[in-house]
Amino acid sequence: MKNAKINVSKFNFYYGDSRVLKDITIDIPENRVTGIIGPSGCGKSTFLRSLNRMNDVILGSRAEGSVMLDGRDIYGRDVDVAGLRRKVGMVFQKSNPFPKSVFENVAYGLRIDGIKDKYFIEERVERSLRDAALWSEVKDRLRDNAFELSGGQQQRLCIARALAIEPEILLMDEPASALDPTATLKIEELIQELKKKYTIIIVTHNMQQAARVSDLTAFFMLGELVEYDITSIIFTKPSKKLTEDYITGRFG
Amino acid sequence: MKLKNVTQAAGFLFLRICVTAAILALVVILADIVTKGIGVISWEFLTTMPKNGMTQGGILPAIVGTFLVTVITALLAIPLGMGCAIYLNEYASDTKLTRLIRMSIRNLSGVPSIVYGLFGVILFVQLMNLGTCVLSAGMTLGLMTLPWTITASEEALKNVPRSYREGALALGATKWQTIRTNVLPYAIPGMLTGTILGLSRAAGETAPILFTGAAFYLPFLPKSLFSQFMALPYHLYVMSTQHHAISKVRPIAYGTALVLITMVFAMNLVAVIARYRLRKIKME
Ligand SMILES: Nc1ncnc2c1ncn2[C@@H]1O[C@H](COP(=O)(O)OP(=O)(O)OP(=O)(O)O)[C@@H](O)[C@H]1O
Ligand SMILES: [Mg+2]
Repeated sequence: MKNAKINVSKFNFYYGDSRVLKDITIDIPENRVTGIIGPSGCGKSTFLRSLNRMNDVILGSRAEGSVMLDGRDIYGRDVDVAGLRRKVGMVFQKSNPFPKSVFENVAYGLRIDGIKDKYFIEERVERSLRDAALWSEVKDRLRDNAFELSGGQQQRLCIARALAIEPEILLMDEPASALDPTATLKIEELIQELKKKYTIIIVTHNMQQAARVSDLTAFFMLGELVEYDITSIIFTKPSKKLTEDYITGRFG
Repeated sequence: MKLKNVTQAAGFLFLRICVTAAILALVVILADIVTKGIGVISWEFLTTMPKNGMTQGGILPAIVGTFLVTVITALLAIPLGMGCAIYLNEYASDTKLTRLIRMSIRNLSGVPSIVYGLFGVILFVQLMNLGTCVLSAGMTLGLMTLPWTITASEEALKNVPRSYREGALALGATKWQTIRTNVLPYAIPGMLTGTILGLSRAAGETAPILFTGAAFYLPFLPKSLFSQFMALPYHLYVMSTQHHAISKVRPIAYGTALVLITMVFAMNLVAVIARYRLRKIKME
């Protein structure tokens, strides 16, 4: 594929002895939204977490195969994993604000990067909150503890936190799973806005959402990539029977 | 009434009796010490040397001795214990060896204090040639406190949600940055509480300091960390079992006990306040 930002090839992932990703080969294009769908437990989160090596922290897990980011294998020998994660931002399935103020949550990534300039940090925090469509709601509450925000606000705060360090890729694991329709809509609009600057990979359980937000859609099942194509094709004339059964709601 | 309810009522009654018995025993002991000890407490008692073969005068050297020894204990047990806990919980992988180490640490916290005392004599007094002194005794108590510090600290680290760590790592923090900025601040209150409880237990110990530095009767203050010293728990032991006129010095013994209990109580209070304060700070 031309303009591929990420090339995954023959990628396998194991938790102990159980193989949860099987020979995944997929190219993910730059500045597009790639949706990942599939039944619960099929390995969507595991796949996403493989792309920024978040799975490294899980004891007894093992990766095989290659994940090339801009032509370099992120599982290579002397990869700076922290640097990789600054490039490949992530919003987790369960929103996880830190028990700090709203401001400090967003500033966290900058501070650990050694940035001291107060005005730079303030400016970046504001812009990230604006980009995450949260600024107007929290601009007077920057010193409040992040736990006092509503669930949807916390989710957007986590997005702002990831945006603040200006990654190139944004991995989003069901960013709207705990949100009401209004908040969901906000996040979907936000994703459309963000894809101008970022390459986005989003996991979702919601078929309509996948159809609305993603340019390409990958369908996973039992750890295998069943089908991957342009979203409109996946949802109108998929080439695999399995895909059709899934998107029409015959199982899962 | 149904049988289920009867058993439940009986169960609650039993639990209530247990709690009452435990509290009652504590209250009786405390009341005894306070009522009999309060009379001898005075400014003079707290700030002067013992006189006339310890039948008169105050307990200043014992207070100072216990204080100094506890400081040494803390200096050894806090950094070492927290360091061990951080290593075990955050860095060490889960192998047979680490499991064995962890089990040994738990078992060490059950070793009788006299065993630590004898170990301290061999290691600090003899092998390291420090002699019987504040330093030897403090380090012996430090070793005895370590397993408690490590266990409490590890527990506190375990209570920090994994999502804090993962969130920080995902923002490009290194492992050490993650621990320093997003794990330790939330674990330290718990670490401190456990540690101070361990320290206050150490402050009241007699056996470990008996052979490593505590003196029977020294009517002056320790000149340096290499001097022998008097200590409250040992003084109490002497006054209640070893003195030639036990019944005559009984009030002094009670006064000493009261001072010791107050000191330990004050340390626990500090632990509570520190935890409360830190919890507020971490919430910014
Ligand atoms: N830390 C772990 N240790 C062991 N097995 C795990 C771990 N995390 C996930 N698994 C297993 O790996 C498989 C894939 O899990 P994963 O979380 O990737 O699924 P998912 O597609 O994201 O599911 P969902 O839609 O429910 O979030 C599941 O069978 C799960 O039980
Ligand atoms: Mg998932």
